[in-house]
Amino acid sequence: MISAPAGGGATGVRWTVIDGWTLTRRALAHWARRPGEMVAGLLFPVMVVVMMGYLFGGQMDVPGGGDYREFIMPGMFAMTMVFGIEATFAAVAGDAAKGVTDRFRSMPMAPSAVVVGRAAADLLYSVAGLAVMVVCGLAMGWRWHDGVPAALAAFGLLLLLRFALVWPGIYLALLAKGPESLVAVQILVWPVVFLSSALVAPGTMPGWLGAVAEWNPMSATVTACRDLFGDPTVTGTSWAAGHGLLMALAWPLAITAVFLPLSVRRYRDRGR
Amino acid sequence: MTAVAAEGLRKRYGDTEALAGLDLEVPAGSVHGLLGPNGAGKTTAVRVLTTLTRPDGGTATVAGHDVVRDPVRVRARIGLVGQHAAVDEVLSGRQNLVMFGRLYHLGMRAAKKRADELLERFRLTEAADRTAGEYSGGMRRRLDLAAGLILAPPVLFLDEPTTGLDPRGRTEVWEAVRDLVDGGTTVLLTTQYLEEADRLADGISVIDRGRVIAEGSPERLKARIGGDRVDVVVADPEAVAGAAAVVRRVTGAEPDVDEEALRVGAPVSDRAASLTETVRALDAAGVPVADIALRRPTLDEVFLHLTESEEVPA
Repeated sequence: MISAPAGGGATGVRWTVIDGWTLTRRALAHWARRPGEMVAGLLFPVMVVVMMGYLFGGQMDVPGGGDYREFIMPGMFAMTMVFGIEATFAAVAGDAAKGVTDRFRSMPMAPSAVVVGRAAADLLYSVAGLAVMVVCGLAMGWRWHDGVPAALAAFGLLLLLRFALVWPGIYLALLAKGPESLVAVQILVWPVVFLSSALVAPGTMPGWLGAVAEWNPMSATVTACRDLFGDPTVTGTSWAAGHGLLMALAWPLAITAVFLPLSVRRYRDRGR
Repeated sequence: MTAVAAEGLRKRYGDTEALAGLDLEVPAGSVHGLLGPNGAGKTTAVRVLTTLTRPDGGTATVAGHDVVRDPVRVRARIGLVGQHAAVDEVLSGRQNLVMFGRLYHLGMRAAKKRADELLERFRLTEAADRTAGEYSGGMRRRLDLAAGLILAPPVLFLDEPTTGLDPRGRTEVWEAVRDLVDGGTTVLLTTQYLEEADRLADGISVIDRGRVIAEGSPERLKARIGGDRVDVVVADPEAVAGAAAVVRRVTGAEPDVDEEALRVGAPVSDRAASLTETVRALDAAGVPVADIALRRPTLDEVFLHLTESEEVPA
């Protein structure tokens, strides 16, 4: 929809913030009403990390030396962020299918509030998810070695990745035929997680596959986090592997730059 | 006062012309029915009038504001109840109404007060704190209606409000709509159920292929295909053709033949005389008759009649 005229009502930053907050609170109310679902969502990555760390961990050697469980924790943090795209997708596709999205669009609220509220709710949930994983990691012997400021910077990079993934999540959900397409997203997420440096060193993969893994946005965040935490890491051969921190900033910004406008336009032009 | 006015609305989706120059005028305070088969353009019309879809051509004003130039003002004056019960199924009924109230920019206190009023009015007070997903179809629709009425909008759009409801749920929604109209709201209602339009609407626009093909009160539309009808039900399938020939001769009109129901019907001008004559002629022709009756046409017949014969002037 074209922008509203001055004095027409719900435009401007103020209503975006107020309406966005109303929708964030809606998500909080969901968690309060369905605590089981929320807890299951928070514990799923814990299950994966325990499986990887203790089932496979015994056989794994970190190429540069170091403890495998400490090696994979930053990868598991990033995995938790990447899995978050499924929650974004499910929430947005559900609203679209039930007509709630169209109801919002027919109301005099700030149009941008719907995506802003979604992003804020998803980030809050991801902060909770990350906190659970950090506790789990600490229990498994993972530590940060280079001080709190560097650790906080790493957590910031992880949340930046999650923030970036809100937008393709919204875009794909508005593009999809219905909430059933969530299965497709769930299937696509796994190769992104495994084809990265999260669990194994890309150097151990066939050459071309290793290159793909090193350029994977998730690998960038994982590599940067390992450096910032002072955890065991792997050295790659590609330019991307050598510039982990830069790529951990560039990838999320690029994803946001592409998909934020796309998702906002998709929302506004729904059913045009 | 005109609450909804549309002129020459056009909208194309790929090869499909959803709206092909739709004109509409709904007086304030009335209930207007948009009647048409699936794909006639009813929902597209509602989407344009509620600012959800931008028309390719034509103009429309709702509550005095242009839907393309001034969508925000339109949105502040309408309620939309779409084909889905568009409520949050995880939240309670009360939480839904408070959330929508906040999004209509009521303060927290006002939003809560309004939620309580609407829950009371739609008989949802007892279920107010239950999860909306556990409501019956009729209750969810009532909650949906309540959400569309938070600002007491001057114009309310109902897109097939009773589709998928059982008869009890349908009656509940009808009662709610009648209450609204008593309160002065203008209602534009789309429906495939002619009974619904007949019961609720003051005026009806029959839509087919994106255009209005007939307009008027339910009574006028019914009168349009000739007032009363004679209906003959024959005793066996072979007699249908014979009965049709007799009815054609007696009434001078082309009869509607329903092979499955073994029924032949046609409009008549002279009630009693036509009935007597039909009975006599059928008897003389030796057609085995199971039932014969004189009755008012249903809107279904009006509708079929209108959509089948394109020469009917709009």
